[in-house]
Amino acid sequence: MASSTTTAHEPHTGVKLPVLEREKLILNERSYHWITERICGVVENKQPLLWWLLFIPSALIAAIGVGGGLFHLVSTGVGVWGNTNRVMWGWPIVNFVFWIGIGHAGTLISAILFLTRQNWRTSINRAAEAMTIFAVMCAGIFPAFHVGRVWFAWFLAPVPNANAVWQNFKSPLLWDVFAVSTYFTVSLIFWFLGMVPDLATIRDRCKPGIRKFLYGIFALGWRGGNRQWSHYEMAYLLLAALSTPLVLSVHSVVSFDFATSVVPGWHTTIFPPYFVAGAIFGGFAMVLTIMIPARFVYGLQDLITMKHIDNMAKIILLTGTIVGYAYLMELFVAFYSGAIYEMDAFKFRIAGPYWWAYAAMMSLNVISPQFFWFKACRENLWVVMAIAMCVNVGMWFERFVIIVTTLARMWLPGDWKTFSPSPQDQMLFVGTIGMFLALFMLFLRFLPCINIAEVKWTKLEADPHFDDKEHHPDPGATTIAAYQKELVGSKS
Amino acid sequence: MSTTRKRVYGYLAEFKSASALYKAAEKVRDAGFRKWDCYSPYPIHGLDGAMGLKRSILPWFVFFGGMTGTATAFALAYSTQVVIYPTVVQAKPANIFTIPAFFPVMFELTILFSGFTVLFGLLALIQLPRLNHPLFASRQFHRATDDGFFIAIEARDPKFSPNQTKELLAEIGGANIELVEEED
Repeated sequence: MASSTTTAHEPHTGVKLPVLEREKLILNERSYHWITERICGVVENKQPLLWWLLFIPSALIAAIGVGGGLFHLVSTGVGVWGNTNRVMWGWPIVNFVFWIGIGHAGTLISAILFLTRQNWRTSINRAAEAMTIFAVMCAGIFPAFHVGRVWFAWFLAPVPNANAVWQNFKSPLLWDVFAVSTYFTVSLIFWFLGMVPDLATIRDRCKPGIRKFLYGIFALGWRGGNRQWSHYEMAYLLLAALSTPLVLSVHSVVSFDFATSVVPGWHTTIFPPYFVAGAIFGGFAMVLTIMIPARFVYGLQDLITMKHIDNMAKIILLTGTIVGYAYLMELFVAFYSGAIYEMDAFKFRIAGPYWWAYAAMMSLNVISPQFFWFKACRENLWVVMAIAMCVNVGMWFERFVIIVTTLARMWLPGDWKTFSPSPQDQMLFVGTIGMFLALFMLFLRFLPCINIAEVKWTKLEADPHFDDKEHHPDPGATTIAAYQKELVGSKS
Repeated sequence: MSTTRKRVYGYLAEFKSASALYKAAEKVRDAGFRKWDCYSPYPIHGLDGAMGLKRSILPWFVFFGGMTGTATAFALAYSTQVVIYPTVVQAKPANIFTIPAFFPVMFELTILFSGFTVLFGLLALIQLPRLNHPLFASRQFHRATDDGFFIAIEARDPKFSPNQTKELLAEIGGANIELVEEED
């Protein structure tokens, strides 16, 4: 037997060291069939009342805010946004950066945690990826429409036009076009490919009819043969490896929009890592905000366990602390540079008319996640929800501080303005929140919200050598209880 | 009496666990079969080796796909910025030395083209999408996407024989052995 070659069999004196058992990712020893039933049940059963209570208002807000708001904007002109001076230009950009940042947690969970073999990602990656797609859709609305005459938005693409003028490839704004559209496309491919085996699961459970046909179309005829899995796993690995630098590049490129300008408060090299950390920070908060209620409503506590929430809280703590470090480093560099304009920009941020935004950013983003140092806070879902909400709001204020307070004190005093969003501005932002929620509700209704195949894979008996281990348990392994018993025994 | 002719697709046998499937796969591989496959609800680690499959060649496709993206982006940026419509912006030169400013777009198009190559390369390798498959006629195969572990040996395999293959599957622990037929 293979186990006879290990040294653990040799007699040894003294106390055996305990091998700590890993916390299980699926509680209560649920079977494969239970997992299938529970996750497909979300799609197959009638939606709970809460679903309708969330879906109908958010769909209405989306229709009025995004549909109506954009109709008004396009038919009247971009002036309704108050884009008559450079400060007002800030609002769509604040919201663009806010939404694009939300998406980053999805790619982090699906790509970076996959490459680092963090199996706990399997329970939350599908929903987080869906969030990425929807957040990028919300984000895309702002730059597309704030170009002014939206029917000329195709000028962004490098195609020949009658003016014989080409795009400026040296501009970060064009880099942004490529980065965001690539991000959306690759995230969509990743999300869809990851879903194919699960769509096949739903297809195989449907009665023949239109539903089965539609799920069948999107499942592409997946059979789950190992000759398919073998290529599929390689494809998944490749997409993860491609998405990892992609996600880091997207928010870096977004930060270049600011960092490559020569504006005090923007022209800093810390921007790319600071923006990426902030994006992951804000994205994880949004994952928690959405998944904690969904977990209760659909009874997914055995799949999205307290361990998952604990891990996400720790990532929020880590990235929140990085963000806090970046805020302080910005201040230090402004002071240490000796550049009076840089110093003045930060003095204006802290003590100027927008001090409340700066204070909100600091307290919500830097102080609130520090509660996650305490296990009691990470285990209390009300506290977790409250902190996640703080971070959601705080990250919006971060973008507001960076963009609006800087634009309000540009080089020329003639540019100095105090910002106030127009009603249409506010309407569109609230509309995108509705759109995001409505799309997420539709996702819960029609698509498997947890990765069925991958969750099954994290079960212990998914290992093809599980049966061998059961008959020949690792002789070195001792549970804590046995260890304590042994300690007591050795004393007496 | 039905007049439709049926063609035998092969035998389908169920195994009780991932471990049983793994051991059975080794035996089917050693018996010399070529046209067969293991079906499971999730990818089983190490089953490629047990089936004697080679490592996927998808990364090669993606490498060339990605390089095409890099070249496309460079060609696009260089031809428009340097050849067709040279502009001096932010005092950056309109010649090859402006290439650092092209890197972000070159990077993004590398990823974009690679992403599409992964998608279409994968679909080509696994021969999907397709609308139907003989195995879907089986009465138990729907469990392969739920909690069933199956091996199917196809009739077009040169080693296939109606009796011996069935015996082999029973011998290696297969249950619910079913002759899957497709309508001709």
